[in-house]
Amino acid sequence: MESLVYIALFAPFVGSLFAGLFFARSPKNIVVGIVNSSLLFISFLASISLAIHVFSHGAVKVTMMEWIGVGDLLIPFGFIVDEVSVSMMVVVTTVSTVVHIYSNGYMDHDKGFNRFFSYLSAFVFSMMILVMSDNFLGLFIGWEGVGVCSWLLIGFWYHKPDVSPEVNPAISPSYAANEAFIMNRIADLGMLVGIFLIYWNVGSLQYDVVFPALKEYAGTVTIYLIGITLFIGAMGKSAQFPLHTWLTDAMEGPTPVSALIHAATMVTAGVFLVIRANPIYDMIPEVSFFIAALGTFVAFGAASMALVNRDLKRIIAYSTLSQLGYMFAAAGLGAYWVALFHLAAHAFFKALLFLGAGNVMHAMHDELDLFKMGGLKKVMRGTYLYMGIASIALAGLPFFAGFYSKDAIIETAFNEGAYIIWATLVLTAGMTAFYSFRQVFLTFHGEERYKEAGLHPHDMYTYVLIAMSPLAILAISAGWFQEEFHNFIIKLLPDYVMSEHTHHLAIYLGALVVVVALVGIGIAYLKYARTGKKAFKQDAKVESGFFYKLLINQYYVPHFYRFAIIEPYKKLSDIAWEIDKRVVDAIVDAIARVIYKSGDASRGMQNGNLSSYLNLMGAGAVVLVLISAIISLIG
Amino acid sequence: MYEQIAFYLFATLTVILFFITVMSKNVLYAMTSLAAGMVLISGFFFLLGADFLGVVQLIVYVGAVMALYAFAMMFFDATKDIKATHEKPLLVFFLGGMMALVFVVIFSAPVIGANIEAHYPIMEDVGNAQMVGMILFTKYLVPFELAAVMLLVAMIAGIILAGKKMDHSLTTNIEDVKEELLKGKK
Amino acid sequence: MIGVSHYLILSGILFSIGFIGVLRRKNLLMLFFATEVMLNAVNIAFTAIGKYYNDLGGQMFAFFVIAVAASEVAVGLGLLIVLFKKHGSLDLDTIAEMKG
Repeated sequence: MESLVYIALFAPFVGSLFAGLFFARSPKNIVVGIVNSSLLFISFLASISLAIHVFSHGAVKVTMMEWIGVGDLLIPFGFIVDEVSVSMMVVVTTVSTVVHIYSNGYMDHDKGFNRFFSYLSAFVFSMMILVMSDNFLGLFIGWEGVGVCSWLLIGFWYHKPDVSPEVNPAISPSYAANEAFIMNRIADLGMLVGIFLIYWNVGSLQYDVVFPALKEYAGTVTIYLIGITLFIGAMGKSAQFPLHTWLTDAMEGPTPVSALIHAATMVTAGVFLVIRANPIYDMIPEVSFFIAALGTFVAFGAASMALVNRDLKRIIAYSTLSQLGYMFAAAGLGAYWVALFHLAAHAFFKALLFLGAGNVMHAMHDELDLFKMGGLKKVMRGTYLYMGIASIALAGLPFFAGFYSKDAIIETAFNEGAYIIWATLVLTAGMTAFYSFRQVFLTFHGEERYKEAGLHPHDMYTYVLIAMSPLAILAISAGWFQEEFHNFIIKLLPDYVMSEHTHHLAIYLGALVVVVALVGIGIAYLKYARTGKKAFKQDAKVESGFFYKLLINQYYVPHFYRFAIIEPYKKLSDIAWEIDKRVVDAIVDAIARVIYKSGDASRGMQNGNLSSYLNLMGAGAVVLVLISAIISLIG
Repeated sequence: MYEQIAFYLFATLTVILFFITVMSKNVLYAMTSLAAGMVLISGFFFLLGADFLGVVQLIVYVGAVMALYAFAMMFFDATKDIKATHEKPLLVFFLGGMMALVFVVIFSAPVIGANIEAHYPIMEDVGNAQMVGMILFTKYLVPFELAAVMLLVAMIAGIILAGKKMDHSLTTNIEDVKEELLKGKK
Repeated sequence: MIGVSHYLILSGILFSIGFIGVLRRKNLLMLFFATEVMLNAVNIAFTAIGKYYNDLGGQMFAFFVIAVAASEVAVGLGLLIVLFKKHGSLDLDTIAEMKG
């Protein structure tokens, strides 16, 4: 089993090195795509075998080597494959295998084909370290690794110039990459402090040592601090308010990246951390409730912003934010397995949705404005089918994956008696249904607006569409295995069961959610899907309304950041630069000038006249004699 | 008493003569006064009881060195006045004066290390030349031989350096002489 | 009574005179004269101190100084002659060749 762990972990790494070392400077080579996709598939197979093994025999724990051993600090480079990490591994490898194969088609014409695969595989490797590590430091290494890969991939088209925020809110890929990286850095500091606190108090970073040891700290300030600082890290990675702005801007990266990193895997790392550290959060109910409330707030806020956006990928990004909010709500309310379940289900249908969006982009020559699409269902049947499935799953209609997981979260909120959270989540479910179908209808139904732009869209390569099918199947069926998943995961995670009262009401609650979702879909259909006289037209009156402006500008949070943080910081930097120029540089220059001038002045001595040399020597001799005389007289 | 008179006499004369050596514009005056100063310095050596050294001073300096200077001067144009105007005469005298002042101050100060033990004590009943010979050929034998070799090398070097192209004059240009001769013929 | 300090002061004055000569002379031959003056001043000091300590070492040093001075004159004058052949002058201002 040990070798399977290593295969699952290092296969992507080998792929990354293969692409990075041997093909970094060569032109597009299809071998890279095939080899990397195969290696990912191997990793996927290993993860599945491990899952079966864990299911029957329990967790696998391996220690590859001693990593850091300084004094009392002993951190092995160890991995643990238990119920939680193996489910993450399966999710990650499934999605990334599909995304790798998909990228073969999507990045077909890109100059950076080999580079892209190198980064993508490196990302998967980092993500695997993150989920498999058996200590907090390994988790942190993976955490930073995915951050770096995310930065590399968001800024993949770094050559694109900066534009004003009015044209493109993300300004440019490199700007968006830096924004994401810096925001994550702020959060990572919090996480690092949390890790330090754990080490300071417990003296170890191994999960199996830390969690039992921390039980003694229940109710102390220390445990609160640890919980809060770790959650700050999770907030950054999972783009929770107020560190959420980077996620939508991260859509500047290639679409497979958005699907893999900014929907399915990396952004869920924060949720994973909270689930992993569940013994800590069980001890601090106040913080947990705050997490739930924040998650709900983000779920609602992001969904509201998605209502009006016109950018295909941004809508999906908002929906990711919103679904992450759901996950945090579940985790914060103590239903860790529900959060993990939603994480897995969401990964499948959201990746599918993104890849479908990628197909549309590919067909529309990188056009992302929904108002320029419409009626694409005739020319893009496969993509239409996939995006329809994914949107139904996202909207939470019965028998699709999203229904089971999201319904469980909403039920949990009801069960906990947090009715405000419950009501908000139900409302958000309706908004989710509305915006996801608004997007589908605007893209595939209605008038064929794309013809005005003179485009001739065509569907993606067939092999790409086939490669996406596993995700489609999972997006439909993942929810059917809720009971099995539940039984599997509660071997490690604390169980969460609904009370008798909730159980009775469950059917009505579920029906309510479905009805709300159906209403949302209905409104979307009436407004966006029809053709002819009642076809959708842009309405300037609505667009100048207060709420529309508020939402399209993301509640002015990016503006606030720009004017409250970025601009003053720029000014501060300018001042610092002036100080640097006038004080530090001036001193350095002055030293140089003194030497230069003294050299200039003393050059006159070297006049080649022996007599003047003698005079100088004589003067020196007099001075020496004087000094020695003074010393001898004093001494 | 005689010693005192001799010392002050010699001292005054040497200072004046050497001052002439240093300040005179004329090479001949300078050299002559230098030679006279050397002779008087040998007088100090006799006063100090270093008879052998005094003799050596007379023979080497006044005899050999001054003769060498005299010969060398014949190569150069000795009749011309020497240009010796320094740009800053005050500076020169200031430096020299400082030097003198410092030396005087140091030397007139109480002598430190008065209890130094003599390594080669002067014996009363032995003559100075004999004594010098004893020391020179025992303790200072190696330096003495080295000095002998050095003098030999210096001699050879002097001959070689000075002996090159001795067949034509240094002061008069041969072309000028030819022209003059041609003019005389006309 | 003439003590050692009398001789030393005399030696210092003579040395300073030679020093002034070194500083102000521009003619190489005259520079040689000035160095001779300085060497003689030092010889007096050596001998006087030797006498004061009742030690022959001082005379020995003076002796070697004379030897060195003699060889210096031999070589130096040879060099002066070569220099004069080359430049036709012994004035340091006119033969300044080391100008950078």
